[in-house]
Amino acid sequence: MGAWALQIATLAPVRVDWPGWTQVLQTLTFRAGFNSAGVVLAATVLGIAGGTVGTFALLRQRALMSDALAHATLPGIGAAYLIAVALGATGKSLPGLLAGATVTGIIGVLTVHAITRHTRLKEDAAIAAVLSVFFGAGVVLLSYIQRLPTGTQGGLNHFIYGQPAAMSLRDAALIGGAAHGAIAVAAVLLKELRAVCFDDRFAAAIGLRVFAIDLVVMGLVVLVTVIGLQAVGLMLVVSLLVVPPATARFWTDNLTRMTILSGVIGGLSGYIGASASAVLQDLPAGAVIVLTGGTFFVVSMLISPRRGVIHHAVRLATQRAAVARDHFLRGAYEVLEIRGVKPGDEAGGGFTLHEIKPGRTIGLGTRVLAAWLVRRGLLERGSAAGAAKNWALTARGHSEALRLTRNHRLWEEYLVTHAEVAPSHVDRSADRVEHALSATLVRELEEALRQQGRLPMEFATAPASVHPMGGARARAHLDAAGGGSA
Amino acid sequence: MPALASRPEHSARSPLSIHDMTVAYQRRPVLWDVDYDAPLEPSLVAIVGPNGAGKSTLIKACLGLVPMASGQVEVFGQPYRAQRKVVGYVPQRESVDWDFPVSALDVVVMGRYAMIGWARPVTRAHKQAARECLRQVGMADLADRQISQLSGGQQQRVFLARALAQESRIYFMDEPFAGVDAATEHAIVDLLRELRSRGRTVFCVHHDLQTVEQYFDHVVLLNTRLVAAGPVATVFTHENLRKTYGGRLTVLEEAAQAVAQAARPGVSASAPSRGVAGAMTGGGIAGAGGGGGG
Repeated sequence: MGAWALQIATLAPVRVDWPGWTQVLQTLTFRAGFNSAGVVLAATVLGIAGGTVGTFALLRQRALMSDALAHATLPGIGAAYLIAVALGATGKSLPGLLAGATVTGIIGVLTVHAITRHTRLKEDAAIAAVLSVFFGAGVVLLSYIQRLPTGTQGGLNHFIYGQPAAMSLRDAALIGGAAHGAIAVAAVLLKELRAVCFDDRFAAAIGLRVFAIDLVVMGLVVLVTVIGLQAVGLMLVVSLLVVPPATARFWTDNLTRMTILSGVIGGLSGYIGASASAVLQDLPAGAVIVLTGGTFFVVSMLISPRRGVIHHAVRLATQRAAVARDHFLRGAYEVLEIRGVKPGDEAGGGFTLHEIKPGRTIGLGTRVLAAWLVRRGLLERGSAAGAAKNWALTARGHSEALRLTRNHRLWEEYLVTHAEVAPSHVDRSADRVEHALSATLVRELEEALRQQGRLPMEFATAPASVHPMGGARARAHLDAAGGGSA
Repeated sequence: MPALASRPEHSARSPLSIHDMTVAYQRRPVLWDVDYDAPLEPSLVAIVGPNGAGKSTLIKACLGLVPMASGQVEVFGQPYRAQRKVVGYVPQRESVDWDFPVSALDVVVMGRYAMIGWARPVTRAHKQAARECLRQVGMADLADRQISQLSGGQQQRVFLARALAQESRIYFMDEPFAGVDAATEHAIVDLLRELRSRGRTVFCVHHDLQTVEQYFDHVVLLNTRLVAAGPVATVFTHENLRKTYGGRLTVLEEAAQAVAQAARPGVSASAPSRGVAGAMTGGGIAGAGGGGGG
């Protein structure tokens, strides 16, 4: 565990020197010296590549696999170093180390495939096993290397947590070149990647080589992982691939836009994160890059207009309020109906909250709702009937309650008599039943209700001519919705 | 093993010839020695059989999606690989993630990827063709909608439109009627007939025995081995169904007949055909439970 101990020890004494504005501005505009400009640039390009490639890894459900791949690179780094030393080199050539990382990374992926294919283990178990065993092997190798008298092994630990500051400009150029290649491949094969990620069976049936496309995706993931090792380290490199597309998905339903947005988010994370760690010495750059991306993700998850947490919460609350309001008004209507009170009758119109919700305790929610209904002019405090029965519907409240009750009962009748029609086929939230069902059908339903004595009152007195206009509207509505299916 | 052409019953003009097909998942045979020739004239062929009979597997094996342990498949007298471009495919709707970030139009355009070719961009002409296919299934207005916002029936229509976009000569459809609403069922039937009138042959895995006679002209009865195949009028008999379903059929059939009798005369045609009430009069909605209770 030497590698771990060493790394943790360097993490411990974090001391933040807050920089001045000029320094921040200089870093952000690549003017804070040659080396730091190279680092920021490399991190940005790496972020773009990670976001672009990651989109397809995520949609092809290879996110966890990417993590296994990243962890499986560690023994390769150790082995490459040992081989180089045995051959008489210093062992610290970056291409050599990355080649070793690539080899064991791919072996890790193939091992996962072999396990899932030849045993009954599911992929997640295979991934977890491969990830931990390969990483364990890597840690053992590195701690062995630490005790070798070569004197050049110092930087190997940086591959675990990343150390972009240690990158030379040549390394940055290597990363930049590889990242551009990854983006170019993804752009050229966008159509094929989309087909395979969405429906691999259909893709195979029309002659796309699904296996080859999968190899391309995995190859790009390997590329990003390996070139990202130095910058963010193998523990965190998976987040370059997963966090930007997951963030982008909150904002768009279009794959092309999602891919571009994901690249932009990845690039911004790399840019901001690397700049921040260049300015705030001692902050580990890899972690800061990842945290920047994480911030984008959390904010998106909260505020995304269609898929965000806040949006969902608001929609749920709105829905509940609407249901509670409908229940309240229908409850009030039914209380009056049982009493035989006609709309417009002065006497007997009062009711208590307990009558509306019989047998249930009246909580704060119901009182708030009542107060809200009063403000909307649907409900009033009736003083005439005395303190006990202190609520009454206004004229508007009454007609609204009537409409709701009628709609509700027609739908009930419809669901009972036409049970064979798929419920999803009918928009029951429609303002009036006529908007969703044909006029003839509504008349049939009303007739059925009338015979049961359950047709709400105003309609009982004026039967056959129910909304002829509504029927025409309903048909137009259906034509538009069904798109002329017949 | 003789070549297919040398056997008199295997004609090079047949849209689909299957010879001696055996498919096994881990040692258990799923399909066993299936020998079949599709009718020469354009037809709608139902592939019928109990659960686990290998209906979907038959389709997938024809399309080269699952490996065959033995056998040959020929499309118009040539191996499938050479004929890929004349074969259209509608997979089961549940086989994909409908939250995928694409629009209905994007999915339909996928039907033309083979025509477009590797690494080439989708042109305006292909998009226009895809829109036309969506129009044919009554989905023109929903072309740009994200697929997760479509109902089950609409998603099924998107898959059909994608198959249309392939402009194939024969089609394989895996349970196109599963879990769709009445309006979609009608749209699909109309589309199948339209395809037949344009000279296409369509093979459908089908579950609802009640509608086989109404919708299809040929039937393939399958239960691991091929029980019978041919025109519905001669092959879709009680005796053959018993051979296919064994003891299970009696239960199935009684239930289905009871439903059919309850459903057919009952509903009055009260609205134009696109209204909900009108759509219901078509009857034959699988699993129509007891409508009473009111």
